[in-house]
Amino acid sequence: MLLVLAFRNAFRHRLRTLLTLAGLTVAVTAFGLLSTVVDAWYAGAEGASNARLVTRNAISLVFPLPVNYREKIRRVDGVVGITHSNWFGGIYKEPKNFFAQFAVEADTFLDLYPEFVLSEAERRDFLRDRKGCIVGSKLAATYGFKVGDTIQLKGTIFPGTWEFVVRGIYHGREAKTDVSQMLFHWSYVNETITRQIPRRANQIGVYVVKIDDPARAAEISSRIDAEFKNTSAETLTETEKAFQLSFVSMTEAIVVAIRAVSYLVIVIILAVMANTMAMTVRERTAEYATLKALGFSPGFVVGLIVGESAAIALAGGLIAVALTFPLAAVFAQAVGTLFPVFNVSAETVALQLLCALGVGLLAAALPARRAMGIRIVDGLRAVA
Amino acid sequence: MTQERATLPPVTPPAPPLVQLRRVAKAYRRGQQLVPVLADISFDIAAGEFLALMGPSGSGKSTLLNLIAGIDRASSGEIRVAGEDIAAYGEAELADWRARTIGFIFQFYNLMPVLTALENVELPLLLTRLSRAERRERAAAALAMVGLAERMDHTPSELSGGQQQRVAIARALITDPVLIVADEPTGDLDRESAHDILRLLQRLNRELGKTIVMVTHDPHAAGHAHAIMHLEKGALSAREELGDGVAGGLSGASDGSGGAY
Ligand SMILES: Nc1ncnc2c1ncn2[C@@H]1O[C@H](COP(=O)(O)OP(=O)(O)O)[C@@H](O)[C@H]1O
Ligand SMILES: [Mg+2]
Repeated sequence: MLLVLAFRNAFRHRLRTLLTLAGLTVAVTAFGLLSTVVDAWYAGAEGASNARLVTRNAISLVFPLPVNYREKIRRVDGVVGITHSNWFGGIYKEPKNFFAQFAVEADTFLDLYPEFVLSEAERRDFLRDRKGCIVGSKLAATYGFKVGDTIQLKGTIFPGTWEFVVRGIYHGREAKTDVSQMLFHWSYVNETITRQIPRRANQIGVYVVKIDDPARAAEISSRIDAEFKNTSAETLTETEKAFQLSFVSMTEAIVVAIRAVSYLVIVIILAVMANTMAMTVRERTAEYATLKALGFSPGFVVGLIVGESAAIALAGGLIAVALTFPLAAVFAQAVGTLFPVFNVSAETVALQLLCALGVGLLAAALPARRAMGIRIVDGLRAVA
Repeated sequence: MTQERATLPPVTPPAPPLVQLRRVAKAYRRGQQLVPVLADISFDIAAGEFLALMGPSGSGKSTLLNLIAGIDRASSGEIRVAGEDIAAYGEAELADWRARTIGFIFQFYNLMPVLTALENVELPLLLTRLSRAERRERAAAALAMVGLAERMDHTPSELSGGQQQRVAIARALITDPVLIVADEPTGDLDRESAHDILRLLQRLNRELGKTIVMVTHDPHAAGHAHAIMHLEKGALSAREELGDGVAGGLSGASDGSGGAY
């Protein structure tokens, strides 16, 4: 009966409740989308592994490393695999069509990244064709790439017009795997560059190193770096996760701002809802006093008010969660490959519901306290 | 009825007088000031009595009724109901006591707008250990007794003022309280409905033996009681005996369904 009473009270002022519900839904949905944006921001690091190290030029990422480092790193104790990767930075048709392209040592790269899933045939075709490339499923979907298509890129770092034939479309083994990259053979790029600009031959962007034990990451990193101490190209080695996070931290301020806004939205709706509840409770003063006169405890009255508020808030939260998924999908479509991974996480959903419930409870707190404290005779004298 | 009564928490046998007030005073605090409302009130109400409290607006009638009903506390003096000194009770105890002992009837009915007539009547039984089915059954019987068997599923807004007050009376009766307090129960009703309500109260008094204290400023309403007490500026005047409710007979009592209760 308490529930019945609370629930029916919630929908007594249909318009007011609907407006509150709408506000809540918008706020909690906005919160969910913003959280997902923040998640997407960190997705690169999230998908990164602690069992892989990235070795780069100690001065800056824009300076390359010699190709002969490969064997030296390979011999360091604890290293069980190595591949390398160069940022290509080509333009597909127009500069706005941004997506990541890497020139990699293909076979070792695929060994080190088992989360990039290719069929056996696709893998074989890719490895056999030195002008071949593979693209992530999301990238393929965005630009309509199919196996056999030729993708033309205008080089920025590597001058000229480059053509690659799609030999496979890889899928992510996990939701957080980046499936919007394009990968092709470093050997092909290097041959071409060697011919055109000999001084830029045999240069490597970063080495990716697989180690036997993630717990030894720090130790192995310093061993690798020690190997190249006092050379013309000293190295800096860190876990892939730290490497990815160093990109994110450049834009950390934006992320912090987005997070702040997402919580601000919740605080605003809390203020709105608290005001609504205060108004509602004031109107029902005489009813609450009547219940108390009949012998109901102040706790019953509090339960009634909190129950009503929580019912509205949870309804708003659930609608918001239901809306977040399709909206996130639309958003992901709109931003394309800018965010390689754009998924609403379980954590975001939990936070949304928690925020909604929190808003419901907090909004009811003050009015409930007031209703509890009011004396029966004063409450009965209040004209509804 | 007797069986049902046995399932409720026991109430001390109503050895007369049911209500005793001794040197009761009440003052309200208004800012820094204490405003005296009642001064040195002493009187008894016998079990089975139907008493009307009259007096001009602001004379303290409601305040006095609220003290007797245990929803307000006297500044000084002693109030005993059924032998118990209610001033000694804590808030929670007092609430329990009210639920068991007092039936409330208000001028503006004070029904829960979102509940049906049946649910409104059932409400006080939530504080008992009765099962849902038992509560429903009793509430239906009480509604039948006040002549609203056909209106059980209506919400207050779908009922007339007189009907709403009858629902409120059923609610006041449902826990079988020894004392019913009614504050201007006909104050918001037209003559016809008011008359129905007064005759219903008389029936509760005569047939169910309920002790009733009714505040009113309407002499016609007061005429349905056994006795009238006048309150003037916080002081009680002499008691005026009316005999056994001269103004209204039982003839043509509101409806014939009373026997069900
Ligand atoms: N809860 C209260 N707080 C302050 N003053 C009150 C309160 N209840 C009643 N009063 C004052 O006490 C006086 C008597 O009120 P009340 O008992 O309601 O009179 P009546 O019912 O006879 O019209 C009035 O002057 C009223 O303003
Ligand atoms: Mg009054």
